[in-house]
Amino acid sequence: MTYPRYILVWVGLVLLTAITVTSASLNFGRVGILIVLAIAAIKSTLVLLYFMNLLFEKRLLLKILVPIAVCVLTIFIGLTYTDVLFR
Amino acid sequence: MSSSHSQSVEVHEEGVKARVGLWLFLLSEILLFGGMFLLYSMYRYKNPGDFHAGSMELSRFDGTLNTLVLLTSSLTVVVALHSLHVKRNKRRAAIFLGATIALGLTFLVVKSFEWTAKFEHGLYPGAKFLESQPHGFILFFGLYFVMTGLHALHVIIGMAILSFVLNFVLRDKVTADRINIMENGALYWHLVDIIWIFLFPLFYLIS
Repeated sequence: MTYPRYILVWVGLVLLTAITVTSASLNFGRVGILIVLAIAAIKSTLVLLYFMNLLFEKRLLLKILVPIAVCVLTIFIGLTYTDVLFR
Repeated sequence: MSSSHSQSVEVHEEGVKARVGLWLFLLSEILLFGGMFLLYSMYRYKNPGDFHAGSMELSRFDGTLNTLVLLTSSLTVVVALHSLHVKRNKRRAAIFLGATIALGLTFLVVKSFEWTAKFEHGLYPGAKFLESQPHGFILFFGLYFVMTGLHALHVIIGMAILSFVLNFVLRDKVTADRINIMENGALYWHLVDIIWIFLFPLFYLIS
């Protein structure tokens, strides 16, 4: 019984898209970018866990690959920002 | 059939080596686009007004439509994989693979209309009109064409891979017991979807 689960995830993704588009037209100012990025993060997590099956992977290597990539990117972006902001 | 059994089929333990290889490749893709997102965020931080003006030139409707098209194509490819792998239904797998490729083509058609409209308004790298605009506005469109262009290239490659997979499925080269290529093709397609999930709000939804 996994077809219904896939369709449910898709419905969730479409709803989140609707929320992003609406939030963008409501003008939240500076917080707006954080809202759309948070929703994009939730959407990609749904795709990674359910469509790309990471939720059911048993191997530790496969479980930690994406968190590693996220950490590396956070360090890159964080260090670049500290350089630019405090120059 | 118990749910625990169907789950163990779903995870496909035999294919784990092939999957690790593909995931390592996907990581390099994430870092490739990650570098571009870093560049984007720096320039946007420095030119907030120009980026907003640039975003206003883009069609929010086309962007949303393409988001829905890609999300749906992710659903169809995962249904195709599940149909062949767990349900052993070759016909349904072929139909949903075909639907995925068709949705990829739809994405590219919408994208080409968008780009054509930008070209007609003189909004392309090197255009006289664009060169006369503020610096941040030029940067916005430079990033827009490079990032959505590279993403569109990924869509084209993904469609080519899925076309091969469809061919293999029809000729029984890819079956429920030899599913690695299809599984990896689907993973690649999902990554293309994830990249668009981030591109869409960053370019089309600057408020």
